[in-house]
Amino acid sequence: MTPLLVAQIVLTLFVFVMLLNSAAVMVYVERKVAALLQQRLGPYLVGPKGMLQPLADIIKLLFKEELRPRAADPLLFALAPIISATAAFAAFAVVPFGAETTFFGLLDEPLRLQVADVNVAVLVIFAVASMGVYGIVLAGWSSNSKYSLLGGLRSSAQMISYELSYGLTLAAVLLIGNSLSLTDLVNRQAGTWLGFIPRWYVFLQPLGFLIFMTAGIAETNRAPFDFPEAEQELVAGYHTEYSSMSFAMFFLAEYVNMVTVSAVATDLFLGGWRGPFLPESLGWIWFLIKVGALLFFYVWMRWTLPRYRYDQLMSFGWKVLLPASVINLLVTAAGVLYFEL
Amino acid sequence: MISFYMFAFIAVVASLLVIAQRNPIYSVLLLIASFGALSALYVLLDAPFVAVIQIIVYAGAIMVLFLFVVMLLNAPHEDTEYDERVHPLLRPGPMRFGAGLAVALVVELWWALGRGGESGSFAGGSVTSVAAIGRSLFTDYAFPFEVTSILILVAMVGAVLLARREEPR
Repeated sequence: MTPLLVAQIVLTLFVFVMLLNSAAVMVYVERKVAALLQQRLGPYLVGPKGMLQPLADIIKLLFKEELRPRAADPLLFALAPIISATAAFAAFAVVPFGAETTFFGLLDEPLRLQVADVNVAVLVIFAVASMGVYGIVLAGWSSNSKYSLLGGLRSSAQMISYELSYGLTLAAVLLIGNSLSLTDLVNRQAGTWLGFIPRWYVFLQPLGFLIFMTAGIAETNRAPFDFPEAEQELVAGYHTEYSSMSFAMFFLAEYVNMVTVSAVATDLFLGGWRGPFLPESLGWIWFLIKVGALLFFYVWMRWTLPRYRYDQLMSFGWKVLLPASVINLLVTAAGVLYFEL
Repeated sequence: MISFYMFAFIAVVASLLVIAQRNPIYSVLLLIASFGALSALYVLLDAPFVAVIQIIVYAGAIMVLFLFVVMLLNAPHEDTEYDERVHPLLRPGPMRFGAGLAVALVVELWWALGRGGESGSFAGGSVTSVAAIGRSLFTDYAFPFEVTSILILVAMVGAVLLARREEPR
């Protein structure tokens, strides 16, 4: 058990625990921000400024009765939230969130702050996101109820439609970055132009960033693209029949997916852990700030924009976002050739 | 080595269980599991790109479509009305053909595995890197690449045409 192996195991556990915590924090942030946007107070009773509210929510969910409809397929009904949650966590395994550190000299060689340093990291994220679709489809099917089936099918059709624009914007970033490894892409965003504009890809690819965030919001089934979960139309979509911890797992999967999309967008477009004033070993602070800003954007969008109707949602994905991402790819390719980036 | 045996076992067992299930949804899920095991085998063969592409394309897109079709067509559970005690080769029609094919497959596998032999020289490990695959795809294999894309386009157009409702005259 070399120190490096121990550090690697600790890092894996740390990332897992932090993702769980981030989901809990997001529950609170969402309710507080929603409340403030709607000019009311939000949770304020449980703990100082209501900060223990997620704990109360988790305790409530733990103690609820675990139901299963009699006509539901028992194996698939239990499997679906597991697939969703697993895919959500697995995608974060290849996201780097800091520079290589030796933890102030405790280790002999520097450890990358990334659970798995894979050469094809970008594609792995994409692959795991495709696996996440199955959790939703199976949840919709195995619940054996009309609302769930419709919600599940709609949600998975939406996810696979927006994966196309997601992938094409990734391809455009790859054209500039010339590498599939996320660590390489972040390292290429070092330095500044003119001394103060950082070399982030968002400045080279503004349209790409917008398309990526939009497709990301649609991928995670968040408003304004959350028709499949809409309370007014579909009761609760694919997680209608789930209660207690299974519901909590879907909830968890959604928030962790949000965090993953924000983290990948930060790494690809916003320069990852690089920032002006801090030394590189404290880069993870910048990473947290950027991811936090994107998550705030997510919550802000949910409580500001009205929901897309399902046919509007699908036509937007195929007829607007996909051509836009193809054009983005073409322009990027032309730019790379012309400027010899 | 042990990981090879583990993933190979999963792949074989999952593939066999695909045809042994009554519920078609279980069959689809087991096929996805076997693709996952195959992808792990690709990683063990030092081809991470092919492994990830297998997950994205096959297990992530094609199988989702399979799942949709099975769900929407409400494929019924397998119900057979044959006498279980009769030997497969003597059962009616399709079963006899299927049993014959299975026998042929087992014989072929036996023959192929018994041959052993050289695996042939593989042109270096550089073929597995993404850049090398891309380069060879667009230079040496450019023609099959373009033809495949036209083939997919034809299939899509054909599917749309077949699924379109007839205009009432």
